[in-house]
Amino acid sequence: MNELIDLTATQAAERIRAGDVDAAELFEAYRERAAADELNAFTWVAPESPTNGLPANAPLRGVPVAVKDLFCTEGVPSQAGSKILEGYRPPYTATVIAKLSDAGAPLLAKTNQDEFAMGSSNENSAFGPVLNPWDRTRVPGGSSGGSAAAVAAGLAPWAIGTDTGGSIRQPAALCGIVGLKPTYGACSRYGMIAFASSLDQAGPFTRDVTDAALLFRHMVGRDRRDSTSLDYPGEIELPRAEDLKGLRLGVPEDLTGAAGGIEPGVRENFEATIKLAEGLGASIEPCRLPHAPQALSAYYLIAPAEASANLARFDGVRYGLRVDGDKDLIRMYSRTREVGFGAEVKRRIMLGTYALSSGYYDAYYGTAQKVRTKIAEDFRSAFDRFDFIVTPTSPCVAFELGAKLDDPLAMYLNDFLAVPMSLAGIAAISIPSGLSDGLPVGFQLAGPAFSENRLLDAAHALERAIGFDGSRVRV
Amino acid sequence: MLDRDQVLHVARLARLELNDEEVDRMAAELSKVLDHIEAIRELDLEGVPPTSHVIDVVNVLRADEPEPSLPRDIVLAQAPEPLNDGFGVPSPGAV
Repeated sequence: MNELIDLTATQAAERIRAGDVDAAELFEAYRERAAADELNAFTWVAPESPTNGLPANAPLRGVPVAVKDLFCTEGVPSQAGSKILEGYRPPYTATVIAKLSDAGAPLLAKTNQDEFAMGSSNENSAFGPVLNPWDRTRVPGGSSGGSAAAVAAGLAPWAIGTDTGGSIRQPAALCGIVGLKPTYGACSRYGMIAFASSLDQAGPFTRDVTDAALLFRHMVGRDRRDSTSLDYPGEIELPRAEDLKGLRLGVPEDLTGAAGGIEPGVRENFEATIKLAEGLGASIEPCRLPHAPQALSAYYLIAPAEASANLARFDGVRYGLRVDGDKDLIRMYSRTREVGFGAEVKRRIMLGTYALSSGYYDAYYGTAQKVRTKIAEDFRSAFDRFDFIVTPTSPCVAFELGAKLDDPLAMYLNDFLAVPMSLAGIAAISIPSGLSDGLPVGFQLAGPAFSENRLLDAAHALERAIGFDGSRVRV
Repeated sequence: MLDRDQVLHVARLARLELNDEEVDRMAAELSKVLDHIEAIRELDLEGVPPTSHVIDVVNVLRADEPEPSLPRDIVLAQAPEPLNDGFGVPSPGAV
């Protein structure tokens, strides 16, 4: 085991700046590990260390980053885990990747994911499933399963992914690492292959909360190529808090009660973590989010509806796969999409098209948008009384490969605790809070829009108290 | 709740060719998901405005100035059937 791999990304960045660690050596150490990956975490690994000079004095100089496949990267395969984008090498680079590269972080690899970020197990990838490093018979979560597994197993010092309805937080929880879903608009979506545009957000996967803050710091900012992106108010600070004195944490019983289907082991861990938070000075009280139990239903109308429109662009004309249509244009479209899309993507396109179709629009899509308003209002009221809302991140620990593949609804229920925050566009973080039956459990803290600094501080204090050690899967 | 004809209608709208087995499976799976989703129609949402976007941004404008776009050959290099400096497609005449 290479001792370089034991450094957190923040430590590695400091050592490189101080001249104690050689950037090329660090890159090569990770590149070798990524190339020897047995978890199927990657769809592409850099063939060689970047030889041309990394920007001098850049803050992340020489700390390699793994990137979810759906981030367009100039000249590098970017397929969003789909067969329909076979062979696609984008002629441009996503803003977030360009920003990280400007900050000195070289691209290490592209990570496996559920096709077009649709899934909670990473089993819907054209590249095959990713294995969970804690137990290779189990899923890593999804949709950013490759990013989560790669960071947990020490195949990358850190990674980025995207969260539409839990796709950063849930795999982070299932792999025992930190995952931050930023406020909607904090990071540019330019160059992210779109799933549901009003929900998609890029965010970091890291070993600890400090790394999450450092990576996030270099991802944020308004981008003129994404008019829904915003200037982040203030700087992202590295977290320092060691206690939670004066913080009011709300436990939303509408989510954590019977409706959430939370496993006993996860519940036990959640309650123990709450006790730790109390010991650090936080006050804990039950709170209401009366419409949150309906969030999953609203999400599974809104996200597929947006996806059905976004995925209309994959038609065999401009990029990727084309299947012959016997000289007929419509048949060419339909066959290309039949062959190119996997089962879950087809299911969501069908669901979304149905929800938007004439005669059903108001009943489904229109109603879901109203529910979204009520959910955002619920959070606003809750944040009048509480600093953060806390829940388990996922109702269950990593499940066995194949266990939920034939039951879409059971798969969707994995997102029950993560989706409400996505619909409200607020910030939320998952940190590892311990093990249940030897598998990681995640603890979720959610705060108002642009509360990331406070959220990272609280997560940092809690992380210290929990003392989770994930080093044994970095073999 | 969703029958075969409805599935075929939606598949046509979505430009998705489905085989027989997929049509049956889709009808069953989507019906089950829609049954669960149905619950939101029982909420009292009278007078509630819809949310299509969570963050308050209105009319993000910029000056309308031409900028260089990607070179044509670079873009066409990704196309499955480039034709005469454009994207080649079968005739849209039929159907």
